[in-house]
Amino acid sequence: MTVRLYIIIVGAGKVGWNLARELLEKGNEVTLIENNRERYLTVEQELEHNIQYGDASELWVLERAGISRADMVIAVTGDDEDNMLICQVAKEKYLVERIIARVNNPRNREHFDLLGIRPVVSATDLILRLIEHEVPEYGLVHLLDLPEQRLEIIEMELPANSKAAGQRVGDLSMPEGTLLISVLRDDSGFVPQADTVLEPGDEILAVLDPSVEEDLTAYFGPDGSSS
Amino acid sequence: MFVLIVGAGRVGSTLARNMLKQGHEVSCLDEDPESHARLEITLDKPWEDVGGHFTVGTALEIEALTAAGVERADVFIASTDGDNTNIIIAQLAKRRFKVPTVIARVLDPYRAQWYESQGLHTICPTRVAIDMLEQEVLAAAERSAGGGPRVGAVDHEDAD
Repeated sequence: MTVRLYIIIVGAGKVGWNLARELLEKGNEVTLIENNRERYLTVEQELEHNIQYGDASELWVLERAGISRADMVIAVTGDDEDNMLICQVAKEKYLVERIIARVNNPRNREHFDLLGIRPVVSATDLILRLIEHEVPEYGLVHLLDLPEQRLEIIEMELPANSKAAGQRVGDLSMPEGTLLISVLRDDSGFVPQADTVLEPGDEILAVLDPSVEEDLTAYFGPDGSSS
Repeated sequence: MFVLIVGAGRVGSTLARNMLKQGHEVSCLDEDPESHARLEITLDKPWEDVGGHFTVGTALEIEALTAAGVERADVFIASTDGDNTNIIIAQLAKRRFKVPTVIARVLDPYRAQWYESQGLHTICPTRVAIDMLEQEVLAAAERSAGGGPRVGAVDHEDAD
């Protein structure tokens, strides 16, 4: 059974429009808000009453859209200040439980953090992440990042001359704050036991504190510190 | 005192000059290099020669704020032409750079009022204009004994 939500989306650009369409198709109630008259008229031809014209950083526009009963506010305008303000107001003034903000310039991500606006979505960061996944640096891929909780899960391929290759898992002395959780070998994964012997080419999954990431990559990295 | 003004438009630039004349150290940050000229209106010397600082950059860039001296600012004025920009950068100045006095110019009275209630000091020129106009109208009402129709108001011949 799907939960039907009332979702306000601010910004009817490509992201906002497509998002609204998809969410409506899934049976949610959606109001899209757009402050460019021309854009509003274009999108209104398809979405009809599901789009309103106005500047959503004006509080009355949000109120007219029914923000007090919104389950979620998504700010995806092309302006980071607007997205920050709208989400901050939604969360702190109207006590909307879930917000999602789009970050246009990844350098502004720290400002969203500072104002407690999360989660955020940044297309630039997503593509950078994909590049990292496709072209891993030292075979390292971030699978999950929880910076608030100071936790991350990484995947790393052991190089042929890995210092850890040939060692029993029970004999490893991994850096403090790291834990080996899985080994992927020959297209199958398993949870390593103390007597599992690591092989070059193994992909390991580890959960760790981000601050010791370099220690961990060095530990499993090539022998003879030539990284 | 070191005053950092972000947004050197009509308000920001005039305030900057006045503060400089009062003997304070003043730094302006604006994304438009042309706004430097506005700082020099009524001055007979370049802005830098009278002791002013000017940095070109966007207010959300930490490098620009740092170059403009946010880390040693005693007062931070957010007076760009964007309400949301002013509200956001004022919070940065306050929370991240711990500037002791932070003031944001916000034209929208409702946004100004709410952020003020959240502890962010805002100045709302629109609110000031509304209050002044209101007082003028009320004073006019007072003068026209009890607020009744103006004597002869319907008679066009007597209207002026």
